[in-house]
Amino acid sequence: MTPRLISAFKPSLLQSSEHDLCPGCGHAPAWRITLDVVAELDLKPVVLAGHGCYTQLMVNSDVDSLQTLHGRAPAAATGVKRMLPDTPVITLQGDGDMVSEGLHEVLHAAARGERITALLFNNGVFGDTGGHMTATTVVGQRTKTSLDGRDAEQHGYPIDVGRLLAQIDGAAYVARGAVSSAGLVARTKRMIRRALELQLEGAGFTFVEVLTMCPTGWFVGTPQGPEYLEESMIATFGIGELKAPSAP
Amino acid sequence: MTKRLLQGSEAVAEAAIAAGCRFFAGYPMLPFTELLEQMASKLPAAGGVCINAASEIEGINMALGAAATGARAATGSCGQGLALMQEAIAELALNELPLVIFNMARGQQDYFQATRGGGWGDYRTITLAPKDVTEAVDHTQLLFHLADLHRTPVILYGDYVIAHSSVAVDVRPLAFPPTPPKVWALDGSMTGSGRARQIWTWAQGKPNTPGPGPNRAWQTIAEKYDHIAGIEARHEVAHADDADILLVSFGTTGVFVDRVVEELRAEGLRVGAFRPVTLWPFPGAALEAASRGCSHVLVYELNGGQMVDDVRMYAADRSVVRSIGGVSQDGSGMRQGALLDAAVLRRRVLDAVGLTEGAR
Repeated sequence: MTPRLISAFKPSLLQSSEHDLCPGCGHAPAWRITLDVVAELDLKPVVLAGHGCYTQLMVNSDVDSLQTLHGRAPAAATGVKRMLPDTPVITLQGDGDMVSEGLHEVLHAAARGERITALLFNNGVFGDTGGHMTATTVVGQRTKTSLDGRDAEQHGYPIDVGRLLAQIDGAAYVARGAVSSAGLVARTKRMIRRALELQLEGAGFTFVEVLTMCPTGWFVGTPQGPEYLEESMIATFGIGELKAPSAP
Repeated sequence: MTKRLLQGSEAVAEAAIAAGCRFFAGYPMLPFTELLEQMASKLPAAGGVCINAASEIEGINMALGAAATGARAATGSCGQGLALMQEAIAELALNELPLVIFNMARGQQDYFQATRGGGWGDYRTITLAPKDVTEAVDHTQLLFHLADLHRTPVILYGDYVIAHSSVAVDVRPLAFPPTPPKVWALDGSMTGSGRARQIWTWAQGKPNTPGPGPNRAWQTIAEKYDHIAGIEARHEVAHADDADILLVSFGTTGVFVDRVVEELRAEGLRVGAFRPVTLWPFPGAALEAASRGCSHVLVYELNGGQMVDDVRMYAADRSVVRSIGGVSQDGSGMRQGALLDAAVLRRRVLDAVGLTEGAR
């Protein structure tokens, strides 16, 4: 059997499979399944990305894209969607972007029931700046601004944005997946597909959080990334659909 | 021509809609509030969308998103709210996205904010300062044209007087030359084509359509604003030919200057008036010409001395430039104070040129 190169698996919506993300980064598989779903559903979306390591994914992706200010993607996406109600709109933010800088924007977009699909690639750390504490850093996690591990007494607790969004009436679909194993990747892909399908149906605000590995920002070895993710973030936040319309 | 009695905010809202504005987002704040109310009431009937945003920051970023689709979009507030919007104004400028921003200011203390800005990077904002509601109606429409023509955020510097005065006005659509097609606008149609569009201040482009990158993009944008400065300056001048005293003002204050100039000329004083219609670009060459030979160039603005910097920069003889304005808000802090008064202005002019009344 002829061996196949990884580049042969390149999603059709990538113009290049080269990227500058670190080895073991979870953003790449998370974005890859997103592009696969977009292609499978034959969508022509506008994508709005925030600021973080994932920003550079827009450079390679063959999607009409708007780079937005830190934290403001759901607000800008509102303007896009209201002017283009028939166009699928996807926002892509990290935990620093959405939960630290821009919690206000995502909550209000959900409350308005904006018919967009908001993706959160949550690795619990500011990877782009080199490993600093965000609003989702779990208790005990070491970062460059929580050197001895996040201490609830001093640094407070992580925000579970999925649980916040799930209780908002305008949110139609809220789910949390992860990319630490092949099974979770497949499950998360189904969540993204469901969110986009519900957006097309006009159900309301749809949200998928993807827990992603950041071995560089966690100061663990690349092979330890998936295991660390499961022990820290999955143990803290859990995986599953937090809100979904009942099956027809 | 059909004149109707309209409050300034309503007239400006109708002018924006006549100019094709189809998206508006704002957060209420006096004296901008009525413009938001008017847009909320009138825009849906015109097929547009008006959103009561949850903050000024959210409002301008919504408008930025709408503008990125090619729609004519606007937002607004007063100076304090515009302070919150500065990051997005810079982003719009460096993304080359057109947007009209209404500053229904509480007074004249936002001149620096409008002409210097508070965002990062080499950009400026074309700023029109109407003196009354009639001019505000025309300026509003002109601003939508200029924003599209130059792909830049632009500001209407209004105020409490313009927002709240009811006058008979004819909101007729103005005709402008065509603007370039918005080939950059995002609609998703290029997704999957191999040539998908990208709007990003870093202008990196994509593998099949590489962009110039940040440095070259920002150099080009800086050059664009130099170009705008050379062609878009507008001003109004009166009696400059024989003037020995030139009064310089902007916005609503200009109405009071016009009145005092006519009064003093009738009494034999050689007084003229100069008003920048665009605060940026500042009509420097026109001011230099108008002020040539004047013994006094008196700047009347209701702030601690902001436009006077520009006047000093361009006056034919900067040594004759003096400020006769000052900070002047009423007790509420929401609108201009006692200095906005023809009798007070007249006295300050006469004092400044050594013709104090009573002593004459």
